[in-house]
Amino acid sequence: MSSRPTLGELALEVRSKNAGPFWVTMELFMRTGEDYTTVADEDFINEQVVAGLYGVDPATVQIFRIPALNVVKISFPRPVAQGSVRDRDIHAGQHHVPLAALVPP
Amino acid sequence: MPSGMLGAGFPPETVDRGLALGADVIAVDGGSTDSGPYYLGSGTAKTSAAAVARDLRLLLRAAAGAGIPLIVGSCGTSGTDSGVDWVSGIVETILREENLTLRVARIYSEQTAAVLKERLGEGRVHPLPPMGDLDAATLDECTHIVGMMGHEPIAAALAAGADVVLAGRATDTAVAAAYPLMKGMPPGPTWHASKIIECGGQCTTNPRAGGVLATIDDDGFVIEPLDPAAACTTTSVAAHMLYETVNPFEMREPAGTLVVTDAVYTALDDRRVRVEGSRFEVADQYTVKLEGARVTGYETMSFTAIRDPHILARIEEWVALMHEVLAGRVSQTLGLDPSGYAVDIRPYGYNAVLGSIDPASGPPREVGVMMLVNAPDQATATAIAKIANPLMLHLPTSDMDYLPSLAFATSPAETERGAAYEFTLNHVVDVDEPTALFRIEIEGAPR
Repeated sequence: MSSRPTLGELALEVRSKNAGPFWVTMELFMRTGEDYTTVADEDFINEQVVAGLYGVDPATVQIFRIPALNVVKISFPRPVAQGSVRDRDIHAGQHHVPLAALVPP
Repeated sequence: MPSGMLGAGFPPETVDRGLALGADVIAVDGGSTDSGPYYLGSGTAKTSAAAVARDLRLLLRAAAGAGIPLIVGSCGTSGTDSGVDWVSGIVETILREENLTLRVARIYSEQTAAVLKERLGEGRVHPLPPMGDLDAATLDECTHIVGMMGHEPIAAALAAGADVVLAGRATDTAVAAAYPLMKGMPPGPTWHASKIIECGGQCTTNPRAGGVLATIDDDGFVIEPLDPAAACTTTSVAAHMLYETVNPFEMREPAGTLVVTDAVYTALDDRRVRVEGSRFEVADQYTVKLEGARVTGYETMSFTAIRDPHILARIEEWVALMHEVLAGRVSQTLGLDPSGYAVDIRPYGYNAVLGSIDPASGPPREVGVMMLVNAPDQATATAIAKIANPLMLHLPTSDMDYLPSLAFATSPAETERGAAYEFTLNHVVDVDEPTALFRIEIEGAPR
């Protein structure tokens, strides 16, 4: 039985990184305009969905949709201070994984 | 821009190529906050002296040979005064060994809590999101505070005759923008070009191939890789505005905001890209961003590993039990309440990296357990980690009627990590003069 592909499987790249010590940012680089249209749909990815994935306040989530690059970019304040005793991802470089696990409709 | 960071290395022939293409200045970034608060907090560098010296030797020779300036920003990773002096010492040694006569400027960017408290009292310090208003006590707690300079102090050093500028903390872009702005190039294309090249080859199709050359004119700029085998594409160049930025369309500099909403990226051929339409909107108030770090405590780390499937099937229960039993033992032996220290238990191989937001589930095959203890002093942190030692070796799950022996990775299991730091400032200070918070020292033989 085949299941539908995840964003991580569909995308050219899904990545995350610090944007300074107090923010994390992530990007979905889609391969085609068609896939971009799917992921840019506000019913699929929106502030509430991101807040649910990352346990953050939806009011702090910023989403940028960039059709020229087939990119959806998401930024929100880092829930854990960089380098603190509770920070387990100093560069926030592995935080794209919950986003990449989403399955588009 | 020979590479994304001084000390990261680059092929020497890429610098030769940049000179052959007519580069007017060599600019390289020496730091970043990206590796965490330790480097600012301790005033030490992330890079090794040998790696920095290797890159600097090639760049100093190139700059001297071509008669063009070399600019290094955010010296010593965090741009503290100690970082500037550390790079300056390396430069001095190389100049002597290579018999080069270059005039070196050092620009110091470290700030004192006393001066900043005056500015705070005058209402001239403002928070950036997500931070709130600054408390004066926060300034006192910082071990180091730096201001991020714009291009002006660097341009001032060049105008005063410096051949080599070693800057303390500077915006990544100011390092590249200083010389073109000083020569009267338009700010929109200059700041945009500087942002695109700040990470060297990151804006090319082969980020490991070395740096890039940006050529700025009245209407835009052209960007090309220094390695003839690498290429810039409209996508690789445009996508760099996404990298490590919150907002990919607007970027604040001390003097104003770079706006790239209307930028047009055009391929000139299969490896060069031209960009037009970038704007720079001058702000009403010139602001300098502050960075500060403070000690949060002292840390001791312990590491064990679990392979027993019985415990692995109940790993969350095991971690919770460890917290509970350890807190009880620390209370019995040290009389310490859990509010007086912090323990993080990280089950690597299960969900240590993402914790509760991890989308995967199911028992792991093996788990490395890192215990990180943070306490007000090193002795207490280590005492807590040592109290945890028999538990890291023998803690069973609640349904086991025997003591397992788990796999310590080293003996002793504990490692003292020293002081731990956190970034505390994300604020800007209003200044009347762009150079006001920075101190320029120039020495060496005048040309």
